[in-house]
Amino acid sequence: MSAIEEAANSAAAVSGGASKIEIELDQVEKIFQTDEGDVHAVAKTDINVRQREFVVLLGPSGCGKTTILRMVSGLLKPTSGNVRVAGHELWHGDTRDREAVQEMGIVFQEANLFPWLSIEKNIALPLKLRKQSKAKRLKKAHELCELVGITGFEKRWPRELSGGMRQRAAIARALSYDPEILLMDEPFGALDAMTRDQMNIELQRIWETSGCTIIFVTHSIPEAVFLADRIILLSPRPGRIHSVTNVTFKRSRDMAIQTEPEFQEIVRDLRRQLESM
Amino acid sequence: MKKFVRGHLAWFTTPVLVLAFVIIWHSYIVIFDITDFILPKPWAVVKSYWNLIGNVDLWRHTGVTVYETLVGFFFACIIGIGGGALMGKIKWVEETARPFVIATQVVPKVALISLFILWLGFGSAPKILVATILAFFPILTNTLLGVKSVDLGHRDVMASLSAGRWETFTTLELPSALPAIIAGLEIGIVLAYIGAIVGEFLGGQQGLGFMTIDYQNAFDAAGLFGVLIQLTLVGFLLYIAIVVLRRFLIPWHESVLIERLALAG
Repeated sequence: MSAIEEAANSAAAVSGGASKIEIELDQVEKIFQTDEGDVHAVAKTDINVRQREFVVLLGPSGCGKTTILRMVSGLLKPTSGNVRVAGHELWHGDTRDREAVQEMGIVFQEANLFPWLSIEKNIALPLKLRKQSKAKRLKKAHELCELVGITGFEKRWPRELSGGMRQRAAIARALSYDPEILLMDEPFGALDAMTRDQMNIELQRIWETSGCTIIFVTHSIPEAVFLADRIILLSPRPGRIHSVTNVTFKRSRDMAIQTEPEFQEIVRDLRRQLESM
Repeated sequence: MKKFVRGHLAWFTTPVLVLAFVIIWHSYIVIFDITDFILPKPWAVVKSYWNLIGNVDLWRHTGVTVYETLVGFFFACIIGIGGGALMGKIKWVEETARPFVIATQVVPKVALISLFILWLGFGSAPKILVATILAFFPILTNTLLGVKSVDLGHRDVMASLSAGRWETFTTLELPSALPAIIAGLEIGIVLAYIGAIVGEFLGGQQGLGFMTIDYQNAFDAAGLFGVLIQLTLVGFLLYIAIVVLRRFLIPWHESVLIERLALAG
Protein backbone atom coordinates (compact mmCIF):
# COMPACT_ATOMS: atom_id res chain seq x y z
CA MET A 1 0.00 0.00 0.00
CA SER A 2 1.48 3.34 -0.98
CA ALA A 3 1.92 6.15 1.51
CA ILE A 4 -0.83 8.16 -0.19
CA GLU A 5 -3.33 5.35 -0.07
CA GLU A 6 -2.48 4.72 3.54
CA ALA A 7 -3.18 8.38 4.21
CA ALA A 8 -6.48 8.06 2.34
CA ASN A 9 -7.61 5.34 4.66
CA SER A 10 -6.09 6.42 7.94
CA ALA A 11 -7.68 9.84 7.52
CA ALA A 12 -10.93 8.05 8.12
CA ALA A 13 -9.65 6.68 11.38
CA VAL A 14 -8.31 10.06 12.54
CA SER A 15 -11.31 12.28 11.85
CA GLY A 16 -14.02 9.68 12.17
CA GLY A 17 -13.17 8.16 15.50
CA ALA A 18 -14.98 4.90 15.97
CA SER A 19 -17.55 5.14 13.16
CA LYS A 20 -17.56 2.12 10.91
CA ILE A 21 -16.43 1.70 7.34
CA GLU A 22 -19.39 1.84 4.95
CA ILE A 23 -17.66 1.39 1.60
CA GLU A 24 -14.42 -0.42 1.06
CA LEU A 25 -12.48 -0.68 -2.19
CA ASP A 26 -9.72 -3.23 -1.82
CA GLN A 27 -7.07 -3.24 -4.58
CA VAL A 28 -9.78 -2.46 -7.12
CA GLU A 29 -8.65 -2.24 -10.72
CA LYS A 30 -10.47 -1.75 -14.03
CA ILE A 31 -9.21 -2.58 -17.48
CA PHE A 32 -11.54 -2.04 -20.46
CA GLN A 33 -11.04 -4.31 -23.42
CA THR A 34 -11.57 -2.43 -26.67
CA ASP A 35 -10.83 -3.12 -30.32
CA GLU A 36 -7.78 -0.87 -30.06
CA GLY A 37 -6.41 -2.90 -27.14
CA ASP A 38 -6.75 -2.72 -23.38
CA VAL A 39 -7.43 0.58 -21.67
CA HIS A 40 -6.19 0.74 -18.12
CA ALA A 41 -8.89 2.96 -16.60
CA VAL A 42 -8.21 2.52 -12.89
CA ALA A 43 -5.01 1.17 -11.33
CA LYS A 44 -5.17 -0.97 -8.17
CA THR A 45 -6.76 1.37 -5.66
CA ASP A 46 -7.79 1.28 -2.00
CA ILE A 47 -10.49 3.64 -0.78
CA ASN A 48 -12.41 3.45 2.49
CA VAL A 49 -15.42 5.60 3.22
CA ARG A 50 -16.83 5.97 6.72
CA GLN A 51 -20.49 5.96 7.58
CA ARG A 52 -22.06 9.43 7.10
CA GLU A 53 -18.93 10.73 5.45
CA PHE A 54 -19.06 13.06 2.42
CA VAL A 55 -16.25 12.03 0.09
CA VAL A 56 -15.57 13.83 -3.18
CA LEU A 57 -13.68 12.21 -6.04
CA LEU A 58 -12.02 15.07 -7.90
CA GLY A 59 -9.99 14.90 -11.05
CA PRO A 60 -9.61 15.86 -14.70
CA SER A 61 -11.69 14.06 -17.30
CA GLY A 62 -10.38 10.61 -18.07
CA CYS A 63 -9.01 10.05 -14.56
CA GLY A 64 -11.41 7.18 -13.90
CA LYS A 65 -13.55 8.88 -11.26
CA THR A 66 -16.81 7.88 -12.92
CA THR A 67 -15.43 4.36 -13.42
CA ILE A 68 -14.68 4.12 -9.70
CA LEU A 69 -18.17 5.32 -8.85
CA ARG A 70 -19.73 2.82 -11.24
CA MET A 71 -17.68 0.05 -9.66
CA VAL A 72 -18.94 1.05 -6.22
CA SER A 73 -22.53 1.07 -7.50
CA GLY A 74 -22.18 -2.33 -9.10
CA LEU A 75 -22.96 -1.04 -12.61
CA LEU A 76 -19.42 -2.09 -13.50
CA LYS A 77 -17.55 -5.13 -12.29
CA PRO A 78 -13.90 -4.55 -11.34
CA THR A 79 -11.32 -6.45 -13.35
CA SER A 80 -9.70 -7.40 -10.05
CA GLY A 81 -10.05 -6.48 -6.38
CA ASN A 82 -13.00 -6.45 -4.01
CA VAL A 83 -15.76 -3.97 -3.25
CA ARG A 84 -17.58 -4.18 0.09
CA VAL A 85 -20.68 -2.12 0.74
CA ALA A 86 -22.45 -1.85 4.09
CA GLY A 87 -20.73 -4.98 5.30
CA HIS A 88 -21.59 -7.05 2.21
CA GLU A 89 -19.27 -8.30 -0.47
CA LEU A 90 -20.74 -6.58 -3.59
CA TRP A 91 -20.07 -9.35 -6.10
CA HIS A 92 -20.80 -13.03 -5.78
CA GLY A 93 -19.44 -14.37 -9.04
CA ASP A 94 -21.34 -12.41 -11.68
CA THR A 95 -24.31 -11.43 -9.54
CA ARG A 96 -24.52 -8.42 -7.31
CA ASP A 97 -25.43 -8.71 -3.65
CA ARG A 98 -29.07 -7.61 -3.37
CA GLU A 99 -28.73 -6.13 0.08
CA ALA A 100 -25.62 -4.18 -0.85
CA VAL A 101 -27.31 -2.78 -3.98
CA GLN A 102 -30.39 -1.80 -1.97
CA GLU A 103 -28.24 0.35 0.28
CA MET A 104 -27.16 2.52 -2.65
CA GLY A 105 -28.98 5.29 -4.48
CA ILE A 106 -27.42 6.77 -7.60
CA VAL A 107 -27.74 10.23 -9.14
CA PHE A 108 -26.32 10.59 -12.63
CA GLN A 109 -25.09 13.60 -14.56
CA GLU A 110 -28.38 13.62 -16.45
CA ALA A 111 -31.51 13.41 -14.33
CA ASN A 112 -32.53 10.34 -16.39
CA LEU A 113 -36.17 10.73 -15.41
CA PHE A 114 -38.56 8.70 -17.54
CA PRO A 115 -40.43 11.24 -19.69
CA TRP A 116 -43.61 9.14 -19.71
CA LEU A 117 -43.95 9.20 -15.92
CA SER A 118 -45.07 12.18 -13.87
CA ILE A 119 -42.57 13.53 -11.35
CA GLU A 120 -44.18 11.70 -8.45
CA LYS A 121 -44.24 8.43 -10.36
CA ASN A 122 -40.60 8.86 -11.33
CA ILE A 123 -39.67 9.38 -7.71
CA ALA A 124 -41.74 6.38 -6.63
CA LEU A 125 -40.41 4.11 -9.40
CA PRO A 126 -37.90 2.24 -7.19
CA LEU A 127 -40.69 1.59 -4.67
CA LYS A 128 -42.91 0.27 -7.43
CA LEU A 129 -40.18 -2.17 -8.42
CA ARG A 130 -40.07 -3.17 -4.74
CA LYS A 131 -43.82 -3.91 -4.96
CA GLN A 132 -44.91 -1.32 -2.39
CA SER A 133 -48.55 -0.30 -2.40
CA LYS A 134 -49.51 2.71 -4.50
CA ALA A 135 -50.74 4.77 -1.55
CA LYS A 136 -47.55 4.11 0.36
CA ARG A 137 -45.22 4.98 -2.48
CA LEU A 138 -47.05 8.17 -3.45
CA LYS A 139 -46.99 9.28 0.17
CA LYS A 140 -43.23 8.73 0.20
CA ALA A 141 -42.87 10.59 -3.11
CA HIS A 142 -44.69 13.60 -1.69
CA GLU A 143 -42.50 13.63 1.41
CA LEU A 144 -39.42 13.53 -0.80
CA CYS A 145 -40.74 16.33 -3.02
CA GLU A 146 -40.87 18.41 0.10
CA LEU A 147 -37.35 17.37 1.15
CA VAL A 148 -35.81 18.31 -2.19
CA GLY A 149 -37.98 21.40 -2.64
CA ILE A 150 -40.21 20.57 -5.61
CA THR A 151 -43.57 20.47 -3.86
CA GLY A 152 -46.30 21.49 -6.30
CA PHE A 153 -44.66 19.80 -9.27
CA GLU A 154 -45.68 16.23 -8.39
CA LYS A 155 -48.08 15.81 -11.30
CA ARG A 156 -45.94 17.48 -13.98
CA TRP A 157 -44.04 15.77 -16.79
CA PRO A 158 -40.25 15.89 -16.43
CA ARG A 159 -40.03 17.92 -19.65
CA GLU A 160 -42.01 20.71 -18.06
CA LEU A 161 -39.38 21.23 -15.33
CA SER A 162 -36.07 23.12 -15.43
CA GLY A 163 -32.75 21.26 -15.31
CA GLY A 164 -32.25 22.02 -11.63
CA MET A 165 -35.76 20.85 -10.76
CA ARG A 166 -35.26 17.63 -12.69
CA GLN A 167 -32.02 16.94 -10.83
CA ARG A 168 -33.84 17.51 -7.52
CA ALA A 169 -36.39 14.92 -8.60
CA ALA A 170 -33.56 12.53 -9.50
CA ILE A 171 -32.12 12.95 -6.01
CA ALA A 172 -35.55 12.29 -4.53
CA ARG A 173 -35.83 9.11 -6.61
CA ALA A 174 -32.42 7.93 -5.37
CA LEU A 175 -33.52 8.57 -1.78
CA SER A 176 -36.95 6.94 -2.15
CA TYR A 177 -35.95 3.59 -0.65
CA ASP A 178 -33.90 5.18 2.14
CA PRO A 179 -30.48 3.98 1.02
CA GLU A 180 -27.59 4.41 3.42
CA ILE A 181 -25.35 5.51 0.58
CA LEU A 182 -25.82 8.13 -2.13
CA LEU A 183 -23.52 7.92 -5.16
CA MET A 184 -23.47 11.07 -7.28
CA ASP A 185 -21.78 11.30 -10.67
CA GLU A 186 -21.29 14.99 -11.52
CA PRO A 187 -24.96 15.55 -10.74
CA PHE A 188 -24.80 19.33 -11.15
CA GLY A 189 -22.35 19.41 -14.06
CA ALA A 190 -25.03 20.38 -16.57
CA LEU A 191 -26.45 23.23 -14.46
CA ASP A 192 -25.61 26.92 -14.60
CA ALA A 193 -23.34 28.32 -11.88
CA MET A 194 -26.06 29.94 -9.80
CA THR A 195 -28.31 26.90 -9.80
CA ARG A 196 -25.29 24.80 -9.02
CA ASP A 197 -24.44 26.82 -5.86
CA GLN A 198 -28.03 26.55 -4.76
CA MET A 199 -28.08 22.80 -5.38
CA ASN A 200 -24.86 22.39 -3.36
CA ILE A 201 -26.45 24.09 -0.37
CA GLU A 202 -29.57 21.96 -0.81
CA LEU A 203 -27.51 18.79 -1.11
CA GLN A 204 -25.66 19.59 2.12
CA ARG A 205 -29.02 20.02 3.85
CA ILE A 206 -30.41 16.79 2.39
CA TRP A 207 -27.25 14.95 3.44
CA GLU A 208 -27.54 16.29 6.99
CA THR A 209 -31.25 15.43 7.17
CA SER A 210 -31.07 11.95 5.69
CA GLY A 211 -27.83 10.95 7.43
CA CYS A 212 -26.49 9.04 4.46
CA THR A 213 -22.95 8.46 3.23
CA ILE A 214 -22.10 10.25 -0.02
CA ILE A 215 -19.52 9.71 -2.72
CA PHE A 216 -19.67 12.66 -5.07
CA VAL A 217 -17.79 12.91 -8.36
CA THR A 218 -16.93 16.31 -9.82
CA HIS A 219 -14.27 18.20 -11.73
CA SER A 220 -15.14 21.51 -10.09
CA ILE A 221 -12.63 22.37 -7.36
CA PRO A 222 -14.78 24.91 -5.47
CA GLU A 223 -17.70 22.48 -5.51
CA ALA A 224 -15.47 19.77 -4.07
CA VAL A 225 -14.11 21.98 -1.30
CA PHE A 226 -17.53 23.31 -0.41
CA LEU A 227 -19.14 19.88 -0.08
CA ALA A 228 -16.46 17.46 1.08
CA ASP A 229 -15.27 16.08 4.37
CA ARG A 230 -12.49 14.52 2.35
CA ILE A 231 -11.36 15.14 -1.22
CA ILE A 232 -9.65 12.32 -3.06
CA LEU A 233 -7.76 13.81 -5.99
CA LEU A 234 -7.24 11.38 -8.85
CA SER A 235 -4.65 11.52 -11.62
CA PRO A 236 -5.34 10.09 -15.07
CA ARG A 237 -4.18 7.19 -17.24
CA PRO A 238 -4.46 4.97 -15.36
CA GLY A 239 -6.68 6.52 -12.72
CA ARG A 240 -5.05 6.44 -9.29
CA ILE A 241 -5.13 8.38 -6.05
CA HIS A 242 -2.94 11.46 -6.36
CA SER A 243 -3.60 13.04 -2.97
CA VAL A 244 -6.11 13.24 -0.16
CA THR A 245 -7.29 16.49 1.40
CA ASN A 246 -9.35 16.73 4.56
CA VAL A 247 -11.74 19.66 4.65
CA THR A 248 -12.69 20.56 8.18
CA PHE A 249 -14.93 23.63 7.88
CA LYS A 250 -17.78 23.26 10.29
CA ARG A 251 -21.27 22.38 9.09
CA SER A 252 -23.59 23.69 7.91
CA ARG A 253 -21.49 25.62 5.45
CA ASP A 254 -22.83 28.53 3.43
CA MET A 255 -21.55 30.06 0.21
CA ALA A 256 -19.79 32.81 2.19
CA ILE A 257 -17.02 30.38 3.17
CA GLN A 258 -15.85 30.55 -0.44
CA THR A 259 -14.39 33.98 0.33
CA GLU A 260 -12.45 32.82 3.38
CA PRO A 261 -8.64 32.56 3.05
CA GLU A 262 -8.47 28.90 4.17
CA PHE A 263 -11.05 27.94 1.55
CA GLN A 264 -9.14 29.74 -1.15
CA GLU A 265 -5.89 28.22 0.05
CA ILE A 266 -7.30 24.69 -0.38
CA VAL A 267 -8.67 25.58 -3.81
CA ARG A 268 -5.30 27.02 -4.86
CA ASP A 269 -3.44 23.98 -3.60
CA LEU A 270 -5.73 21.56 -5.47
CA ARG A 271 -5.51 23.64 -8.63
CA ARG A 272 -1.71 23.58 -8.43
CA GLN A 273 -1.77 19.80 -8.07
CA LEU A 274 -4.15 19.42 -11.00
CA GLU A 275 -1.98 21.61 -13.21
CA SER A 276 1.16 19.67 -12.35
CA MET A 277 -0.38 16.33 -13.41
CA MET B 1 -55.19 36.48 -33.37
CA LYS B 2 -51.84 36.00 -35.08
CA LYS B 3 -51.01 33.18 -32.68
CA PHE B 4 -54.42 31.61 -33.27
CA VAL B 5 -53.87 31.64 -37.02
CA ARG B 6 -50.44 30.04 -36.62
CA GLY B 7 -51.81 27.28 -34.41
CA HIS B 8 -54.69 26.55 -36.78
CA LEU B 9 -53.04 27.30 -40.10
CA ALA B 10 -54.44 24.21 -41.84
CA TRP B 11 -57.97 25.29 -40.97
CA PHE B 12 -57.49 28.35 -43.18
CA THR B 13 -55.25 27.04 -45.93
CA THR B 14 -57.11 23.80 -46.62
CA PRO B 15 -60.47 25.31 -47.67
CA VAL B 16 -58.70 27.95 -49.80
CA LEU B 17 -56.57 25.36 -51.59
CA VAL B 18 -59.49 22.97 -52.09
CA LEU B 19 -61.54 25.83 -53.56
CA ALA B 20 -58.69 26.79 -55.90
CA PHE B 21 -58.39 23.15 -56.98
CA VAL B 22 -62.12 22.96 -57.75
CA ILE B 23 -62.01 26.21 -59.77
CA ILE B 24 -59.05 24.98 -61.85
CA TRP B 25 -60.82 21.63 -62.36
CA HIS B 26 -63.99 23.30 -63.55
CA SER B 27 -62.18 25.79 -65.83
CA TYR B 28 -60.13 23.00 -67.36
CA ILE B 29 -63.30 21.12 -68.38
CA VAL B 30 -64.95 24.24 -69.76
CA ILE B 31 -61.90 25.56 -71.64
CA PHE B 32 -60.80 22.26 -73.19
CA ASP B 33 -64.31 20.89 -73.58
CA ILE B 34 -63.70 17.59 -71.77
CA THR B 35 -66.42 14.98 -72.02
CA ASP B 36 -68.29 13.76 -68.90
CA PHE B 37 -67.06 10.21 -69.52
CA ILE B 38 -63.47 11.27 -68.87
CA LEU B 39 -63.79 13.98 -66.23
CA PRO B 40 -67.13 15.13 -64.79
CA LYS B 41 -67.61 18.68 -63.54
CA PRO B 42 -67.09 19.26 -59.80
CA TRP B 43 -70.76 19.93 -59.33
CA ALA B 44 -71.69 16.62 -61.01
CA VAL B 45 -69.34 14.83 -58.63
CA VAL B 46 -70.92 16.52 -55.60
CA LYS B 47 -74.38 15.54 -56.85
CA SER B 48 -73.24 11.99 -57.49
CA TYR B 49 -71.73 11.74 -53.99
CA TRP B 50 -74.91 13.19 -52.52
CA ASN B 51 -76.90 10.44 -54.24
CA LEU B 52 -74.46 7.82 -53.08
CA ILE B 53 -74.83 8.85 -49.45
CA GLY B 54 -78.48 7.99 -49.65
CA ASN B 55 -77.65 4.61 -51.13
CA VAL B 56 -77.64 1.69 -48.65
CA ASP B 57 -75.13 -0.16 -50.86
CA LEU B 58 -72.47 2.49 -50.25
CA TRP B 59 -72.65 1.98 -46.51
CA ARG B 60 -72.67 -1.78 -46.79
CA HIS B 61 -69.55 -1.69 -48.97
CA THR B 62 -67.93 0.88 -46.69
CA GLY B 63 -68.62 -1.38 -43.73
CA VAL B 64 -66.96 -4.31 -45.46
CA THR B 65 -63.84 -2.32 -46.35
CA VAL B 66 -63.53 -0.81 -42.86
CA TYR B 67 -64.00 -4.25 -41.34
CA GLU B 68 -61.28 -5.77 -43.51
CA THR B 69 -58.95 -2.83 -42.82
CA LEU B 70 -59.41 -2.95 -39.05
CA VAL B 71 -59.10 -6.72 -38.73
CA GLY B 72 -56.03 -6.68 -40.99
CA PHE B 73 -54.59 -3.80 -38.97
CA PHE B 74 -55.29 -5.65 -35.73
CA PHE B 75 -53.31 -8.69 -36.87
CA ALA B 76 -50.59 -6.38 -38.19
CA CYS B 77 -50.35 -4.79 -34.72
CA ILE B 78 -50.00 -8.16 -33.03
CA ILE B 79 -47.36 -9.38 -35.46
CA GLY B 80 -45.63 -6.00 -35.72
CA ILE B 81 -45.47 -5.05 -32.04
CA GLY B 82 -45.03 -8.59 -30.72
CA GLY B 83 -42.51 -9.59 -33.38
CA GLY B 84 -40.67 -6.27 -33.23
CA ALA B 85 -40.36 -6.47 -29.45
CA LEU B 86 -39.12 -10.07 -29.58
CA MET B 87 -36.64 -9.26 -32.33
CA GLY B 88 -35.45 -6.21 -30.43
CA LYS B 89 -34.94 -8.15 -27.21
CA ILE B 90 -33.61 -11.49 -28.40
CA LYS B 91 -30.72 -11.44 -30.81
CA TRP B 92 -31.15 -14.87 -32.39
CA VAL B 93 -34.84 -14.22 -33.07
CA GLU B 94 -33.90 -11.07 -34.97
CA GLU B 95 -31.23 -12.84 -36.99
CA THR B 96 -33.50 -15.80 -37.78
CA ALA B 97 -36.60 -13.81 -38.65
CA ARG B 98 -35.04 -10.94 -40.58
CA PRO B 99 -34.67 -12.65 -44.01
CA PHE B 100 -38.29 -13.81 -43.91
CA VAL B 101 -39.61 -10.43 -42.87
CA ILE B 102 -37.71 -8.79 -45.71
CA ALA B 103 -38.94 -11.51 -48.12
CA THR B 104 -42.56 -10.63 -47.35
CA GLN B 105 -41.77 -7.06 -48.32
CA VAL B 106 -39.78 -7.55 -51.52
CA VAL B 107 -42.30 -9.97 -53.03
CA PRO B 108 -44.80 -7.92 -55.06
CA LYS B 109 -47.77 -8.31 -52.77
CA VAL B 110 -50.33 -7.49 -55.41
CA ALA B 111 -49.18 -10.60 -57.25
CA LEU B 112 -49.83 -12.61 -54.11
CA ILE B 113 -53.46 -11.56 -53.99
CA SER B 114 -54.42 -13.95 -56.81
CA LEU B 115 -52.83 -16.74 -54.81
CA PHE B 116 -54.69 -15.74 -51.66
CA ILE B 117 -57.97 -15.67 -53.55
CA LEU B 118 -57.20 -19.12 -54.87
CA TRP B 119 -56.61 -20.36 -51.33
CA LEU B 120 -59.11 -18.38 -49.34
CA GLY B 121 -61.94 -17.68 -51.78
CA PHE B 122 -63.69 -14.45 -52.68
CA GLY B 123 -64.74 -13.41 -49.19
CA SER B 124 -63.02 -11.04 -46.76
CA ALA B 125 -60.19 -13.41 -45.72
CA PRO B 126 -57.74 -12.74 -48.60
CA LYS B 127 -58.25 -8.98 -48.28
CA ILE B 128 -57.56 -9.10 -44.55
CA LEU B 129 -54.43 -11.10 -45.28
CA VAL B 130 -53.19 -8.53 -47.79
CA ALA B 131 -53.95 -5.70 -45.36
CA THR B 132 -52.00 -7.50 -42.64
CA ILE B 133 -49.00 -8.19 -44.85
CA LEU B 134 -48.84 -4.60 -46.05
CA ALA B 135 -49.35 -3.03 -42.62
CA PHE B 136 -47.23 -5.14 -40.29
CA PHE B 137 -43.86 -4.16 -41.74
CA PRO B 138 -43.67 -0.48 -40.74
CA ILE B 139 -45.10 -1.38 -37.33
CA LEU B 140 -42.50 -4.10 -36.86
CA THR B 141 -39.51 -2.05 -37.99
CA ASN B 142 -40.57 0.91 -35.86
CA THR B 143 -41.13 -1.27 -32.81
CA LEU B 144 -37.75 -2.89 -33.34
CA LEU B 145 -36.07 0.51 -33.67
CA GLY B 146 -37.93 1.85 -30.64
CA VAL B 147 -37.08 -1.07 -28.37
CA LYS B 148 -33.44 -0.93 -29.41
CA SER B 149 -32.90 2.81 -29.06
CA VAL B 150 -33.64 3.06 -25.36
CA ASP B 151 -31.63 5.81 -23.66
CA LEU B 152 -28.50 4.36 -22.01
CA GLY B 153 -28.93 6.61 -18.98
CA HIS B 154 -32.42 5.16 -18.50
CA ARG B 155 -30.96 1.67 -18.73
CA ASP B 156 -28.46 2.62 -16.01
CA VAL B 157 -31.35 3.65 -13.77
CA MET B 158 -33.08 0.30 -14.20
CA ALA B 159 -29.80 -1.60 -13.74
CA SER B 160 -28.98 0.32 -10.57
CA LEU B 161 -32.39 -0.69 -9.22
CA SER B 162 -31.66 -4.35 -10.04
CA ALA B 163 -34.74 -4.50 -12.27
CA GLY B 164 -35.36 -7.82 -14.02
CA ARG B 165 -35.82 -8.38 -17.73
CA TRP B 166 -39.60 -8.28 -17.70
CA GLU B 167 -39.76 -5.22 -15.43
CA THR B 168 -37.27 -3.43 -17.65
CA PHE B 169 -39.37 -4.27 -20.69
CA THR B 170 -42.70 -3.09 -19.23
CA THR B 171 -41.48 -0.03 -17.33
CA LEU B 172 -38.75 1.17 -19.68
CA GLU B 173 -38.47 -0.39 -23.11
CA LEU B 174 -42.12 -0.52 -24.09
CA PRO B 175 -43.11 3.02 -23.03
CA SER B 176 -39.86 4.35 -24.45
CA ALA B 177 -40.64 2.68 -27.79
CA LEU B 178 -44.27 3.90 -27.88
CA PRO B 179 -43.66 7.08 -29.93
CA ALA B 180 -41.87 5.01 -32.58
CA ILE B 181 -44.57 2.32 -32.45
CA ILE B 182 -47.30 4.90 -32.95
CA ALA B 183 -45.42 6.39 -35.90
CA GLY B 184 -45.50 2.83 -37.32
CA LEU B 185 -49.23 2.56 -36.60
CA GLU B 186 -49.89 5.80 -38.51
CA ILE B 187 -48.29 4.32 -41.61
CA GLY B 188 -49.72 0.87 -40.90
CA ILE B 189 -53.36 1.93 -40.82
CA VAL B 190 -53.02 3.66 -44.21
CA LEU B 191 -51.32 0.61 -45.71
CA ALA B 192 -53.93 -1.77 -44.27
CA TYR B 193 -56.62 0.36 -45.92
CA ILE B 194 -54.79 0.28 -49.25
CA GLY B 195 -54.31 -3.49 -48.89
CA ALA B 196 -58.02 -4.07 -48.32
CA ILE B 197 -59.03 -1.92 -51.30
CA VAL B 198 -56.50 -3.44 -53.69
CA GLY B 199 -57.67 -6.87 -52.56
CA GLU B 200 -61.22 -5.89 -53.44
CA PHE B 201 -60.13 -4.67 -56.88
CA LEU B 202 -58.95 -8.12 -57.79
CA GLY B 203 -61.73 -10.36 -56.60
CA GLY B 204 -65.03 -10.60 -54.80
CA GLN B 205 -68.32 -8.72 -54.85
CA GLN B 206 -67.97 -6.45 -51.84
CA GLY B 207 -66.22 -3.37 -50.54
CA LEU B 208 -65.37 0.10 -51.81
CA GLY B 209 -62.65 -1.35 -54.05
CA PHE B 210 -65.22 -3.54 -55.75
CA MET B 211 -67.57 -0.55 -56.05
CA THR B 212 -64.85 1.43 -57.83
CA ILE B 213 -64.36 -1.34 -60.36
CA ASP B 214 -68.12 -1.66 -60.77
CA TYR B 215 -68.48 2.04 -61.70
CA GLN B 216 -65.47 1.83 -63.98
CA ASN B 217 -67.09 -1.04 -65.88
CA ALA B 218 -70.28 1.02 -66.19
CA PHE B 219 -68.28 4.02 -67.53
CA ASP B 220 -69.85 6.11 -64.75
CA ALA B 221 -67.06 8.62 -64.11
CA ALA B 222 -69.19 10.77 -61.79
CA GLY B 223 -70.09 7.72 -59.71
CA LEU B 224 -66.44 6.69 -59.65
CA PHE B 225 -65.52 10.10 -58.29
CA GLY B 226 -68.24 9.77 -55.70
CA VAL B 227 -66.71 6.53 -54.44
CA LEU B 228 -63.28 8.18 -54.45
CA ILE B 229 -64.63 10.89 -52.16
CA GLN B 230 -65.98 8.24 -49.84
CA LEU B 231 -62.62 6.42 -49.92
CA THR B 232 -60.79 9.62 -49.04
CA LEU B 233 -63.11 10.50 -46.17
CA VAL B 234 -62.95 7.02 -44.66
CA GLY B 235 -59.15 7.03 -45.00
CA PHE B 236 -59.02 10.34 -43.16
CA LEU B 237 -61.17 9.01 -40.34
CA LEU B 238 -58.99 5.92 -39.91
CA TYR B 239 -55.87 8.06 -39.79
CA ILE B 240 -57.40 10.53 -37.36
CA ALA B 241 -58.29 7.64 -35.06
CA ILE B 242 -54.59 6.83 -34.77
CA VAL B 243 -53.68 10.48 -34.17
CA VAL B 244 -56.21 10.58 -31.34
CA LEU B 245 -54.69 7.37 -30.03
CA ARG B 246 -51.30 9.09 -30.02
CA ARG B 247 -52.55 11.94 -27.87
CA PHE B 248 -54.10 9.44 -25.52
CA LEU B 249 -51.13 7.05 -25.30
CA ILE B 250 -48.18 9.45 -25.27
CA PRO B 251 -49.40 12.74 -23.79
CA TRP B 252 -45.88 13.27 -22.45
CA HIS B 253 -44.18 13.19 -25.85
CA GLU B 254 -42.83 16.32 -27.59
CA SER B 255 -45.06 15.75 -30.59
CA VAL B 256 -48.11 16.07 -28.34
CA LEU B 257 -46.71 18.65 -25.88
CA ILE B 258 -45.77 20.94 -28.76
CA GLU B 259 -49.25 20.69 -30.29
CA ARG B 260 -50.71 21.48 -26.89
CA LEU B 261 -48.45 24.49 -26.44
CA ALA B 262 -49.25 25.69 -29.94
CA LEU B 263 -52.97 25.48 -29.26
CA ALA B 264 -52.60 27.18 -25.89
CA GLY B 265 -50.69 29.86 -27.80
